[in-house]
Amino acid sequence: MRADAVPEQPLLHLDALWIQVAGTRCNLACTHCFVSCGPDVDRLGLLGRAQVRERVAEARPLGVREFYFTGGEPFLHPELLEILADTLAVGPCTVLTNGTLFTDARIQRLARLSAESRYALELRVSLDGERAADHDAFRGPGSFERTLDGLRRCAAAGLLPIVTVTRHGDDDPLAFAERVAAMLRAAGLPRPRLKLLPLFRLGRADAGAPETLAGLTDFDPTRLQCSGCRAVSSAGVHVCPLLVDEPAGRMGDRLADALVPFPVSHSACVTCWVSGVTCANV
Amino acid sequence: MPAPSAGTRLAVFGGVYANHRALRAVLDDARARGAARTFCLGDLGGFGPHPDRAIETLREAGVPSVRGNLDGTVGHDRPDCACGYCDPRDLHFSQRSFDYAVARTSPVHKAWLRDLPERITLTIAGRRLLLCHGSPRRVNEFLWESTCSDDFLEWLCDDSGADVILCSHTGLHWWRTLPSGRQVINAGALGRPANDGRAIAWYAELEIGGGIGVSFRPVPYDHEALAREMEAEGLPAEFIATIRTGWWTTCLENMPARERARGRF
Repeated sequence: MRADAVPEQPLLHLDALWIQVAGTRCNLACTHCFVSCGPDVDRLGLLGRAQVRERVAEARPLGVREFYFTGGEPFLHPELLEILADTLAVGPCTVLTNGTLFTDARIQRLARLSAESRYALELRVSLDGERAADHDAFRGPGSFERTLDGLRRCAAAGLLPIVTVTRHGDDDPLAFAERVAAMLRAAGLPRPRLKLLPLFRLGRADAGAPETLAGLTDFDPTRLQCSGCRAVSSAGVHVCPLLVDEPAGRMGDRLADALVPFPVSHSACVTCWVSGVTCANV
Repeated sequence: MPAPSAGTRLAVFGGVYANHRALRAVLDDARARGAARTFCLGDLGGFGPHPDRAIETLREAGVPSVRGNLDGTVGHDRPDCACGYCDPRDLHFSQRSFDYAVARTSPVHKAWLRDLPERITLTIAGRRLLLCHGSPRRVNEFLWESTCSDDFLEWLCDDSGADVILCSHTGLHWWRTLPSGRQVINAGALGRPANDGRAIAWYAELEIGGGIGVSFRPVPYDHEALAREMEAEGLPAEFIATIRTGWWTTCLENMPARERARGRF
């Protein structure tokens, strides 16, 4: 490999298919959104129920293990619950949500789907830190309390959402996790589940400093999540859920076009590499 | 239709986690039930007390074992267990458990652990069985019942050339017959309870003949004596509570919602 060459990441197996079901539509407009979504943002459109079925059908012969639904805010999609019911017949599903659109009717239907499905239905709800002030600074006034309210009502219905928390600074991870868990218990979630994430550098969160993996001599082909995932949106198939809105991340129109190795040239690839983080649940 | 032939009975367990008392109880049960062969799916130490005791019991009984992630990392004195946890609290407890296992496993057993094979394959009644710790492709992959699609498990069978995959690592037992007729059996853990409020040990019993019968055998053992040994060794109170109550208190954050909801914590 040339000293300045960017490593190419092969797709070792399609473990996770990410489905950008809500496109870039979101009820919030967070300052750090890596896909820069919002109420009036429609660069990427909704994926219809038939389109999702088609994508899932393409993934099945590849031995796909699980499905992730994201956006935008998936609960803005009018067919989300039907799409989940379709997909849960094929494999486990996770919905990544800001947790502000959990109506009681939706929660009841989610609880039923979760209880009746062969496979796990996971809800992943994002919080930016343990304090309302931090979270609301990114997501708008009152959103922390709305998210906690959604989490409480999920817990009351027997659901166990995973709370994804973005960790800022150099806080000790164990102390941070214990503080967040204690905050959630005090807020009325008796059994909080946590996933910690670092802050990513792309979209509105991109600090702008270009760094690459070019010339890396100890490239480990199992470390990056793009060894095991692809993402689909209304614009086609992308290498991973972080790069759905970056031209370099688009790999083709169909999954069959996107099975080739991917040159990991984006600054987000550096964050993935350095932190070893995955967007998957674990 | 021919009468079903008498099958070959196998006993398979993984995740001993230094629970030498549960191990002896399970070996006795398998022997009493006429198991023709017994296999271990790795992770001999960690969690429980005096790791050499379980290793010696297994070696004396001549039970073949594959190498779990803990066997490799303890055997090589690596810095951490490589269990694949990502939650800080799970990492904290797995590190305490791992440091104890590294400190208390004798060099001769470490050499044995690190030389264990990554997989064992055998053919019985025309079926190819593959024994591994996590999955055929990765020693620390978690194959939970609720997060493995049929399509994925079929692919694992194709990729590894197996008709029956036997694995462990998650600590919870389950099995499934796939649409192709092939099977995936997670034997769970022998040394830790199944997070169901029963302070007992579990192993998988296979009956292989015209078809394959799978059942999981619950085996009581003197868990109170084990808990007292753990106290004397200064092991974490959280681990001891699990042995006494049958509910997991740690290593919970990798567990999917479905399995987590069945537990207490």
